[in-house]
Amino acid sequence: MAGAISALFLLDMKGRCLISRDYRGDVSAQQVEKFFTKHLEKEDDLESDGPICHENGVNYMFIQHKNIYLMAASKQNSNAASLLFFLHRVVDVFKHYFEELEEESLRDNFVVVYELLDEMMDFGYPQYTEAKILSEFIKTDAYRMEVNQHPPMAVTNAVSWRSEGVYYKNNEVYLDVVEHVNLLVNSNGQLIRSEVNGALKMRAYLSGMPECKLGLNDKVLLEAQGRPTKGKSIDLDDIKFHQCVRLARFENDRTISFIPPDGSFDLMTYRLSTQVKPLIWVEAQVERHSRSRVEMSVKARSQFKERSTATNVEIELPVPSDAMSPIIRTSMGYATYAPERDAVVWKIKSFPGNKDYMLRAEFRLPSVISEDTPPDRKAPIRVKFEIPYFTVSGIQVRYLKIIEKSGYQALPWVRYITMAGEYELRLI
Amino acid sequence: MSGHDSKYFSTTKKGEIPELKEELNSQYKDKRKDAVKKVIAAMTVGKDVSSLFTDVVNCMQTENLELKKLVYLYLINYAKSQPDLAILAVNTFVKDSQDPNPLIRALAVRTMGCIRVDKITEYLCDPLQRCLKDDDPYVRKTAAICVAKLYDINAELVEDRGFLDALKDLISDNNPMVVANAVAALAEIQESSSRPIFEITSHTLSKLLTALNECTEWGQVFILDALSKYKAADAREAENIVERVTPRLQHANCAVVLSAVKMILQQMELITSTDVVRNLCKKMAPPLVTLLSAEPEIQYVALRNINLIVQKRPTILAHEIKVFFCKYNDPIYVKMEKLEIMIKLASDRNIDQVLLEFKEYATEVDVDFVRKAVRAIGRCAIKLERAAERCISVLLELIKIKVNYVVQEAIIVIKDIFRRYPNTYESIIATLCESLDTLDEPEAKASMIWIIGEYAERIDNADELLESFLESFPEEPPQVQLQLLTATVKLFLKKPTEGPQQMIQVVLNNATVETDNPDLRDRAYIYWRLLSTDPEAAKDVVLAEKPVISDDSNQLDPSLLDELLSNIATLSSVYHKPPEAFVTRVKTTQKTEEEDYPEAGEQSYSDSPARVADSGASPPASSANPQHPASRQPAAPAALPDLLDLGMDNSSSAIVSVDQPASPAGPPLPVVLPASSGQGLQISAQLIRRDGQVFYSMMFENNSQVPLDGFMIQFNKNTFGLAAGGQLQVPQLLPGTSASTLLPMVLFQNISPGPANTLLQVAIKNNQQPVWYFNDKIYFHVLFTEDGRMERSTFLETWKSLPDSNEVSRDFPASVINSVETTLDRLAASNMFFIAKRKHANQEVLYLSAKIPRGIPFLIELTAVIGTPGVKCAIKTPSPEMAPLFFEAVETLLKS
Repeated sequence: MAGAISALFLLDMKGRCLISRDYRGDVSAQQVEKFFTKHLEKEDDLESDGPICHENGVNYMFIQHKNIYLMAASKQNSNAASLLFFLHRVVDVFKHYFEELEEESLRDNFVVVYELLDEMMDFGYPQYTEAKILSEFIKTDAYRMEVNQHPPMAVTNAVSWRSEGVYYKNNEVYLDVVEHVNLLVNSNGQLIRSEVNGALKMRAYLSGMPECKLGLNDKVLLEAQGRPTKGKSIDLDDIKFHQCVRLARFENDRTISFIPPDGSFDLMTYRLSTQVKPLIWVEAQVERHSRSRVEMSVKARSQFKERSTATNVEIELPVPSDAMSPIIRTSMGYATYAPERDAVVWKIKSFPGNKDYMLRAEFRLPSVISEDTPPDRKAPIRVKFEIPYFTVSGIQVRYLKIIEKSGYQALPWVRYITMAGEYELRLI
Repeated sequence: MSGHDSKYFSTTKKGEIPELKEELNSQYKDKRKDAVKKVIAAMTVGKDVSSLFTDVVNCMQTENLELKKLVYLYLINYAKSQPDLAILAVNTFVKDSQDPNPLIRALAVRTMGCIRVDKITEYLCDPLQRCLKDDDPYVRKTAAICVAKLYDINAELVEDRGFLDALKDLISDNNPMVVANAVAALAEIQESSSRPIFEITSHTLSKLLTALNECTEWGQVFILDALSKYKAADAREAENIVERVTPRLQHANCAVVLSAVKMILQQMELITSTDVVRNLCKKMAPPLVTLLSAEPEIQYVALRNINLIVQKRPTILAHEIKVFFCKYNDPIYVKMEKLEIMIKLASDRNIDQVLLEFKEYATEVDVDFVRKAVRAIGRCAIKLERAAERCISVLLELIKIKVNYVVQEAIIVIKDIFRRYPNTYESIIATLCESLDTLDEPEAKASMIWIIGEYAERIDNADELLESFLESFPEEPPQVQLQLLTATVKLFLKKPTEGPQQMIQVVLNNATVETDNPDLRDRAYIYWRLLSTDPEAAKDVVLAEKPVISDDSNQLDPSLLDELLSNIATLSSVYHKPPEAFVTRVKTTQKTEEEDYPEAGEQSYSDSPARVADSGASPPASSANPQHPASRQPAAPAALPDLLDLGMDNSSSAIVSVDQPASPAGPPLPVVLPASSGQGLQISAQLIRRDGQVFYSMMFENNSQVPLDGFMIQFNKNTFGLAAGGQLQVPQLLPGTSASTLLPMVLFQNISPGPANTLLQVAIKNNQQPVWYFNDKIYFHVLFTEDGRMERSTFLETWKSLPDSNEVSRDFPASVINSVETTLDRLAASNMFFIAKRKHANQEVLYLSAKIPRGIPFLIELTAVIGTPGVKCAIKTPSPEMAPLFFEAVETLLKS
């Protein structure tokens, strides 16, 4: 299963090669450009057939970012998962370097791009993608090159994500627990799927090589320790850790121990599929008064405790694409017709728990309809919101112990927030 | 941190190269560096700057790392085109490989490995030897990969210099990154070698499992992929391995997760304890589900793999069907894959919810997705007997929406449901008949007709319904014609009254006399004879009980499934094809400019394999074709009818002498089946004319690992009815050998109806491989006969006698006649005969004649200015429909 690729290409939206790095000399830029033009002729969108394609003995794997395609071409049975993920990492690294990855920034930094492609991949094998460490020895400012003439130890160390000798005057750690609620409600009002995708986002400003240990209200752990599960403990479906976490140790005794990278990173992400009561419920009634007049009345209800408040609530209500001259009234917030999204967008800055708000909209439809037009795409109602100081899962950070040989003290600052993810109600 | 490199792209127009040359040789360091950047910028936009080779190499000796990297980059790109000059760089390379700075040592050895010039390779050996033992792990990990590079260029050298042993030593290196790269290099070398080079013993196994905990995420993938080949000795060892791999399921990198899943599934085969297996299944489910929260491209790979996993171990995700429900914003390729998995996981327990989802999808906008959703409902009906009724009622609701393609798709699947549950749901036929007029797709039409025929006795006006189709019988596609034929026979057997009797006469007449479709004709004759000899027997045959069908579409063959599962996460698992189906084992060194090669393969390999894999299985319930058992053989009148019945023609066809010259001289034949598509078998072929006869000149090359024999050939119907005039004479082909043959061809055997075209579809079979299909092109001029010469007077007469509507002309703006004589000689060689010429102003006008078999003449007038591009060709012929083909031929001949 030799998983290497032959070459990596950065192409513009028309499939013209901007920069490429040839690792094996068996796939040419012309071949790739030809492949692209052929496909773009067929479909306007390259991805509609999927991100992987075989043609004339070459396998193409690609992702799109802004106005750039990143494409790996291989002639072997490569590890597709690894390489597509690698392409996403390449985007991350470039973004770390140039703030934004787009045609312009590539052109403006082509020298560094070549250097990075040389370091991140060798002979088509992914090598190293830690942006922070890479920027210690590949710099955009050419003159500083003279300073660091050695590869950072981290590149080949077991701790490949952190350099030694980091120093902060004040040692601080911030932990953000961010939960996204994905939810799908059926056209008959039934909740068919709900899940919570959470992330522990850490920003570590710690000196030296700190040994960290994180304690959560993890049910499995607390029961194993025979502790009385005081308050709520949680049982997560799946947990994914940043590579700094010692996975074997976690498997053994559920201890989350690690040496963190410097700066911000996702320490862990988790998933919990559980029956979540829809935090914001939206009901819509659509009445067609005549062929050309439609009235819509919508009720939004917050189904969480009064002491919490949802902020930046945005409810997207789909309307027919040929709707005209809408008149909209709301009992709270403001609503606008967004024809480019075929929707009425209702924004409510602050939505306290256990409250009802109403929206009424009336609009006209053309009285003549062409017969061939397919029925309108039935889009769901979609909701965005944020609820600070609240998690659906009930996850809690019990402690974060930090031990460093210099013996400094550092306390974590923890914040919780819940947000809407793919929050779809097919109720219209 | 944004740079301003874009300025290097804009250069002064005048004398760019000389200017750069000057700057490269400047005495100022900064100016030289800027110049190199400009050179690289020019290289990036595709300008040829190879002429600056010496000047750029001169900048190589520098303390500035950035500059050095740029020069190295330049070398990688241009060393191949300047092999003699590349040697100039060797000294610096060797020096750099001993630099005190490990970054430079690694850079030198990394770059040297990328320069595929033999002379340099020799000099690479000593530095590589040193670097493999370097103190710095960064250099060692680079050197490890470099061994694989060198092996790719010169395998012998690697073995002679003992690099393989050095590489194996690195598996015990104390640095995890070095270990991982050594594993990757060894795995690749093993792949291209037939000798055992990298065998994982239980000793290396435990070392690698330890390294797994410490190396980078990418390294973990290398190690897991290499270890997935390891066969544990017994269940106990397998359990131990699994125990050490399962923590990887918690890794944030999805490639690590998938490779771990692969390894666990492999070892599970050996584990006997059901408890352990159940526990492992439980452990794998959540990480697999989490993959669906990843980026859409990753989701796609995951879904294609999950499709395989649920076929092997359905229990793993049996309770997780909801996570495969489509989200509104999922890309279409993700939705399609989710649908496939939903069908696989549908059960009596969850079918209600699943049906609600399918119904929702059937009102989306993407037509392909909607169709697939409707089919999915039908497939669930066939799979789950108890849910069939609910499925049907959803389908009926969808038919009521009256969206044309939804209705047609629904009718196709309802036909399958009828076939699966006979005599159960006929009550809905009336509803179906309401949509009769809207059907315009062959498959939907054929399905509806099958339903009418099958249930003729319960449909009062079945005869009227069928009759309405009969009017357009000759214009219908073969699929519909076949169904109409069978349905009418059924109707007649069930209602032997006057109306149906008349109908059957019309149909049989149409299907025997008026058609040139052999399938239709054969089936009609069988019916006819049956009906005229023994109507009771006809009943027994035509109305016989049909075997039960099941939804086995999209189920993979178990051995293929196992192979694909051992390839989880790789392209093979995405395409659902074994690696050898799309990977060509050609040494990279030989690959230079091969621009023509892909071109030839294009027609036969245009779609993505993932799609190909699907399309092979797309009709639901493949065995459910509403064919009558007695007439099953001539079925499937798809794109390539009856090609599989290879032996059929051989007995009847005239034996033409086969002792033709075995190796035809002349230019190499175009490749029609590249080795990459033919599992190592490469076929080149072209139609030629020799001694007044048409031959198919072919060359077979066996690049596979096994001897191939028993070659047979078959041609699909084509405009000229070209078919094999004898047996294909190909001896057994040992691996690595090739054989050429001339196959005599005959004309007018199997003429395809429709507008004239040059498509020649060929099928080749041998005893070892599947049947290969490829498309070739009929060169029209191959058909020009030797007796095409015409007397002047005959020419004039014929020209006059043909109506003006038979005159066609075309311009060839790109063609040029430089000398009348050479052109006439060339045309005469292809049996286009010169009659007269005249001058008109500065133009030459040439008159020629040609004839194709069956005596169809072509009268030709060529008008051109000698030496100037632009030839006008006017022809007159009794068969003006052939004109496009003729023009194409003339244009080719004028070019050659």
